[in-house]
Formats: sequence, structure tokens, C-alpha cells
Amino acid sequence: MSAVPPTKPVHPLVQDSCVHRDLYTDAALFEQERHRFFARSWLFAGHGSQIPASGDFITLDLSGQPVLLLRDAQGEIRAFFNRCAHKGSKLYTLAQGHAGKMLRCPYHAWSYRLDGKPLTVPLKEGYVGTGLDSSPSGQGLTLLPGVRVYREFVFVRLSPEGMDFEAYFGDALKAIDNMVERSPVGRLEVAGGVLRNTIACNWKMYLENINDAVHPVSSHESASSAARQLWQGHGSDEPMPMAMEQMLPFANGYEYFDRMGARIHPQGHSLLGVNFSIHSAYAVPPDYQAALEASWGAERTHEVLQRSPQNAVLYPSIALKGSPLSMRVIRPVAVNRTVVEAWSFRAVGAPDLLLERAMTYNRLVFSPMSVVAHDDVHLFESIQDGLLAMGNPWVSLHRNLDAIENAQSKADTNSANEWLMRNQYRAWAQTMAQPLASEHA
Amino acid sequence: MSDVQAQSVRDFVANEARLLNRGRYQDWLGLFASDGRYWVPLGGDVQHESDVHNALANEDRLLLGLRVARLLAGRAHSQQPASRSAHVIQLPLVDQVDDHAAEVYTPFTYVESRGEQQVWLAGHWCHRLRREEGAWRIALKRVNLLNAGAAHAAIQLFP
Repeated sequence: MSAVPPTKPVHPLVQDSCVHRDLYTDAALFEQERHRFFARSWLFAGHGSQIPASGDFITLDLSGQPVLLLRDAQGEIRAFFNRCAHKGSKLYTLAQGHAGKMLRCPYHAWSYRLDGKPLTVPLKEGYVGTGLDSSPSGQGLTLLPGVRVYREFVFVRLSPEGMDFEAYFGDALKAIDNMVERSPVGRLEVAGGVLRNTIACNWKMYLENINDAVHPVSSHESASSAARQLWQGHGSDEPMPMAMEQMLPFANGYEYFDRMGARIHPQGHSLLGVNFSIHSAYAVPPDYQAALEASWGAERTHEVLQRSPQNAVLYPSIALKGSPLSMRVIRPVAVNRTVVEAWSFRAVGAPDLLLERAMTYNRLVFSPMSVVAHDDVHLFESIQDGLLAMGNPWVSLHRNLDAIENAQSKADTNSANEWLMRNQYRAWAQTMAQPLASEHA
Repeated sequence: MSDVQAQSVRDFVANEARLLNRGRYQDWLGLFASDGRYWVPLGGDVQHESDVHNALANEDRLLLGLRVARLLAGRAHSQQPASRSAHVIQLPLVDQVDDHAAEVYTPFTYVESRGEQQVWLAGHWCHRLRREEGAWRIALKRVNLLNAGAAHAAIQLFP
């Protein structure tokens, strides 16, 4: 490989081969990120199965914004800012609930239709001639500028600016197709509860690590060697418990993790484990395969089942696995605090085994009590502190850097290639550098 | 229920807490029956045993053994520095006891400290004990955390 000539940076903190520590440690940059990056990106907000009936809602904090997802009277999913038009009280403070036929603020009983339009206010006569009807406060709830429901996965965009949904995700959405088509009726349901972690690190470290096929060998050595030694005492004819089936592949070496293969998608999205992954060896029940074939045909079924990527990242909010049916949701809270959730899915019409695999994997690997996660979390928090060091301010992402990257936004490559991370930062830099509408002269 | 039996159950639970507080994890593991289980349900005390719902931990002897082996091997990055824990338990309330089995309810607060960091949890234990070869053994230790579903920092030991 010849020397790689540097290109002119789009953003001063993101070079071809490395990124500046301020990306992880600068509180002012984190605030800018909220307006420039997260608000203009498509973020995962929820899943349709959480709000099956008209009037069902969930509330969440999305990049510092209070959000209310609701199924309206027509069965459509609506996304509002969770703020009464009157004085700003949140309409609902439960994480999940049922509003009935209208929304009603607990403070002064202003009420709204399920589509957010104003319904009534008490002491109506007191508003005659006051200008309320034509003011922002008289317009009802504020809809989020962007909402798209893709096969029940609800994505939102907080800002009216930014790319449209299809251009933003493109082929990366096939990771969702792969999950959904693991159900013979093409339907997933959120099930088994959500495991939630708070980690004292910047969100980028977690997302980088999802694409880091090199770290398991050294990071997870204590867990994988304990698993291996423990299992060695058992006979080879003894059926392997699901937990061991899921833990032991962490003990593979560098070569294994590099051969998995990776796919680079535009806008920071990616797929790790194009060829195989630590999940490839899970057995497929024969009846289940037949049920899928009846729905999707033999060819598509084969395509769905043979693809068990380690992680598909829909940058910057989720990472998906098809087998086990697991999703991680990454929620930045502060420059040095990130909440990471692990969700499990039931594939409707598929054997219970699939949900059990998802729940078991999430518990073993993504729970606050997981011995695998403990070493990851320790290292992320150690990096958050370590990056404050004076002197070298750069984080190296040099591995397998090649000049072809600058001309290609889509490619297949080796999985140890830090292109996966450079790809995230190129997308980040592009969006951050893009002027806001308010900045156009 | 005899006083002697009930007292032996209370002593068992108090001794278990002491083993954990002193970091004697191998000895603690020895308190579990061969089919014993350590369970921290994600839904806390409202979760039913039959619910299809996840747990922060749901471990048989094999997985508990893995946890203890990793801690004792001294090679875990996340144990530099090592974690220590204190279980402050209320007087265990023996709900049921006979010659073969017992059920006992024990409210606790739990502090896990590691370097400058400290995790504080509260809840209650529900032990299901079984008499094996003249000694109590844990068939099920259920740990109901008050805030099981919250976003937690790493919990590295055994609440």
C-alpha cells in the first residue's frame, strides 16, 4: 500500500486517519452536536408494537428533547414534542401508557385531539380577543418535523433540516428487513423488557466499539477464558447450554475476527460480520425454516437465515442483530454520559427459542451485571479520563487506511479495518460542517 | 415452625451476607444447591416466575462459577481496582420452614465500591432454601431491586 495523501478536512477535528479528543471530551462541542448533528439525523424513537392501540403512547428523552409517540385515532403513529402548548408541562410522565380518546394536560386541563390539534381549554370566554387562536400556543401540540415508520421501527428527525429518510439510510435498512423476515408473518414485537445501562463515557466510544472486531481478544479475555476453562471440564457429548454457546465464541482469535468481513454504507452506517459472526452457529429449528420458506420462498429464507451479522449500525442511534433478535439503542445524555439500552424482539409465528436467545444474549452481554460488559464499560470510562491527558490530542484510526476510501462511500472490506469508524466520523464531520439554515446569509 | 428451625434460617442468611461482604465468593458459591439459581429479575418484585421477562442476572451454578472464576483469576480489567461490597440486611423474616425447606424474606441495602466509585442499591431478598445432608442450601435466591429497570452503572458483584 502506498502512502495515503491527506485530504482537506471537512471539519478541523476529523482527519483522514484520526479524530481529535475534543469529539469525546468537549462539553461545548457536545451542545453543538445536539443542534447540528443529532437534530438533523434520523434517530430511532420506538417500535409500533409498544403502542398497538389508538391512544397508546410512550414518552422518551431524545437528545435532550422530550418526545411523545402516540397512535392516533386512524392508527397512524404520531410524534410530538412532549410539551403542553400552554405553559410547557409534559403531557405525560409515564414511560408508557394509554391516553384514551384525547390528550389532557394535568396542569390546567388544556386538551388535544390524538392528532395534536387543540380541543378545549377551561374558561374559554377569557380567551376571546386575546390572540391565542393565532399565536403558537393556540396551534396545539408541536409535531416533530420528521417521522418515518419503517416496518414498525419508528425513526424521527428533530429538525426540519437534514436528508430525507431514504437517502439517509439507503441499503442499510436491509438489516431491519432481515430481522422482520425472521418472522413467518413479517412481524416483530418488543418483548422481555429493556436492559438499561448508564456509562460515564461519550456516545462515540460505544458506537465505535460496536464496530471494533479487534477488542474482544484483549478486552474480553477474562470472561472468555473463564468460560473456556469451565466448559473444558464437560464431556464433548454433553449438550452445550445456550449461555455457553453464546459466550464461547468470544474466545476466538484475531484472525477469526478479521475474516468476518464488513460492509461500509454511506452516512456512517455499517455491517460487521458479512461472511459470518459469533452468532453463525446457532441451530435453526427445522419446522421454523419450513415456515419461513412457506412465506418467503426458499431462496429468500436462505438469504435471511445465513446472514447473522455481528452488528448492523444505523448511525448514530441503533445497532441491530438478526440472530439473536437484539437491538442496542444508544442515547447520548451528556458529553461524558451515555445510556445504552438492550431490547429483545419476538418474531411473531417463530419458535419461543428465538426470543429466549435474544433475552439470554442481552442478559449475558449487555446487562449492567454482564461480565462481558463490565470490561467494556471499564475501558470506555478509562478512555474518557485518559483522553484528558495533555500532549497527543489525537485518537488513531489508522488501521488499514487506504486512499480508495475517499472515492468510495460503499464497499466490502476486512472486519478489523478501522474504515468502519473513519466512515462514522466522515458522516459526522459532513453533518457538523453543513451550515444550519439560520447560518445562511 | 420451631424457633430452632427459624433461627437456623436467619443465621444462614446472615452468614451468607457475611461471606459476600468478606469477598469469600467460592465459599458463597458452595451455599447453592447443585440446581440452585441466583436471579435478579428486571421487573423487580412485580415480576412473576412464569413471566417471559428478562433479568439483570439469571444464573445457575455454571454461570455463577464463571463469574467467581473470573473475579478470582485476577485478570479482569474491570477489577483494577477491585470491587468490594456491603450488604446491610434487616432481620430475615422466615415465612415458612420445616425439616426440608424454608422461605425467607430479607430487606437489604447494598453498597458496591470500587476506587472512587460507589453504587448504592436497595431491595429485598427472597430465599428458597432446601435441606441437603443436614445443611441449608439455596434452591433460589431472588433479588428484587427497587429500581431494577433503571439505567444502572456496572454492578460487578452480587447484590
